[in-house]
Amino acid sequence: MANKKTEPVFTPIGSYNGENKKVEKSVNLPDPTDKTHKELGLSDDDLVKMYDQMYLQRRFEERAMQMYQKGKFGGFLHLYIGQEAVSTGTVFALNDDDDIITAYRDHGWGLVRGISAKEGMAELFGKATGCSKGKGGSMHFANVKEHFWGGYGIVGGHIPIGGGLAFANKYQENGRISACFFGDGAVDQGALHETLNMSQLWKLPCIYVVENNGYSMGTAATRHTVGEIYERANGYGMKSAMFNGMDVFTVYENMKRIADEVREESIPYFVEIRTYRYRGHSMSDPQKYRTKEELKEYQKTDPIERMKKYILDEKVLKKKEVEEIEQKVEDEVLEAIEFAEESPFPEPEELYEDMFTGTPHFHDKK
Amino acid sequence: MAELQFREALNQAIDEEMGRDERVFIMGEEVAEYDGAYKVTEGLLDKYGFKRVIDTPISELGFAGIGVGAAMNGLRPIVEFMTFNFAVLAADQIINHASKVRYMLGGQASVPIVFRGPNASAGQLGATHSVAYDSMYAHFPGMAVIYPSEPDDAKGLLKSAIRSDDTVIFMESEQMYGMRGEVSEEEDYIIPIGKAKVKREGDDVTIVATGKMYHIAKQAAAQLEKDGVEAEIIDPRTIKPLDIEAIVKSVKKTNRCVVVDEAHPFGGVAAETGFLIQREAFDYLDAPVQRVTLPDVSAPFSKPLFDLWLPDAKQVIEAVNAVTYRN
Repeated sequence: MANKKTEPVFTPIGSYNGENKKVEKSVNLPDPTDKTHKELGLSDDDLVKMYDQMYLQRRFEERAMQMYQKGKFGGFLHLYIGQEAVSTGTVFALNDDDDIITAYRDHGWGLVRGISAKEGMAELFGKATGCSKGKGGSMHFANVKEHFWGGYGIVGGHIPIGGGLAFANKYQENGRISACFFGDGAVDQGALHETLNMSQLWKLPCIYVVENNGYSMGTAATRHTVGEIYERANGYGMKSAMFNGMDVFTVYENMKRIADEVREESIPYFVEIRTYRYRGHSMSDPQKYRTKEELKEYQKTDPIERMKKYILDEKVLKKKEVEEIEQKVEDEVLEAIEFAEESPFPEPEELYEDMFTGTPHFHDKK
Repeated sequence: MAELQFREALNQAIDEEMGRDERVFIMGEEVAEYDGAYKVTEGLLDKYGFKRVIDTPISELGFAGIGVGAAMNGLRPIVEFMTFNFAVLAADQIINHASKVRYMLGGQASVPIVFRGPNASAGQLGATHSVAYDSMYAHFPGMAVIYPSEPDDAKGLLKSAIRSDDTVIFMESEQMYGMRGEVSEEEDYIIPIGKAKVKREGDDVTIVATGKMYHIAKQAAAQLEKDGVEAEIIDPRTIKPLDIEAIVKSVKKTNRCVVVDEAHPFGGVAAETGFLIQREAFDYLDAPVQRVTLPDVSAPFSKPLFDLWLPDAKQVIEAVNAVTYRN
């Protein structure tokens, strides 16, 4: 029997290696694309919008974190910081009416699919003006009219639902596809495997995307799952891909190609996008499971800094113009905080609203 | 009226609703080529094809969730479980998703889905195939729970369930599928969800029972009649919303009540009904409300033990004797 923590019986050594101080990454990033935005079919204007969006996601969450720390709202707060290229590249690659569903790390997805900073911040504050009327909070941002079906709080629970969205699209022959995002932790849930099997069996037009950010809460990917994640698709005879998620062009290029194929052939696709979560799992995470050095390594590949450098190097915008965008976003986020603070909480009657579409029924309601 | 088996009544309901609404489809284990594990879906594959009658792998969690997603995105799925004992594997989709999605998204989505299949015990099937789940699902807000006892109720209520804009749990019984009964031939026969039915009138005691237990109550009532006791049987048909007004009305007339429930005793339909009766009709009661339930024990296999375990007419009569002080 193992009696020391270092012995690899149920306590395998992960990315933390305090003894030799070596930086062991929890997830290795493949090379990004070397194509220019023009080669990818993106206009200068697209680039500006992408930068604006990624910067908004970043500043929205940094400010949300401050507000949380100030005690402005409670509950969980799972930050997407570091992963913004995934949401942004994907949404630019998909059609606007393609269906997106994700897990609880959902703020970035909501913002890029039309939730305003105001509606998002108000939701975090639990206000009636929030995107989900204050009923969902951080984990349940949604904007269904723009085909963002929301964030879900049970790890892997929304994966079959993503398949169901695709099922309905195929059934209705409406040309839409769905894209279902989840973390590397969800890869270990049975729901994924049941859904992949049925998706391949029924050729559901859905892209199942693992945002491998290196950690399932505090457990490194190398410690919670075996083999290469994207290779799981092989067992189902499903097409798969794995690429760099710290570069928005790489995400855009691959997701566009995959989306076209999924739409044309009506097939599922399994994708692993490698990225990195800068912050803890949630706000209460002391992050003892990783080294500061590891974090710094990934921050060198920051998607927003990378994009900014590209925009300046390629002279798409001048430094001053980039700063103007950043100031505009900063103002937008501050206005959102003001809006959230000033917005009313839901009225008491709201407690009983939105449970039913048809005739409501509440057992023993006084 | 036409005499139909319970399964035929269900089949008619599904067929009629699939015929009137293209968005309705049925999925589950063995529903298509096998014609249904209990032949509820017999003939539907031939009529509607593989697109709308879909055999699933044995993946309850997965196909329940695909149903939920399809319901959110414009369809009206009927998800058949071979038994609700297997639906436990899909509990995350039913409890955490189907019943909650609308609320947590602030009303932005609907989940018009029917989860149906047999509930509770069906003879000597052992501990994992014998549980009544109606009160468990009724515990959670956001879903209706229906557990009819006769073919007529089954047809009218299943049609309502399929048309509901919200999630419905619809429970049947392996042991009732072959049971025959008169079914209304009224075109587009609909029974509203949430309405109890007085199935036997009587002045001496109220017996509340639904699903398979209704038939136990009926047997008991026939015995009691011979002894000069006239029982009134109320079949709620819908566990949730529970038609407590109908039950209380009857109790105010009879002043005595027995609830028969094929679930374990803790926190079940019997417990809830009993609580509501004491609160709403306290001054009318001539005896404490009694219940007949399973014991707090898992289902045994051995026949004598199983018979001891399952509520029967004798236990119902004993409970009636207790509330009428006829011991």
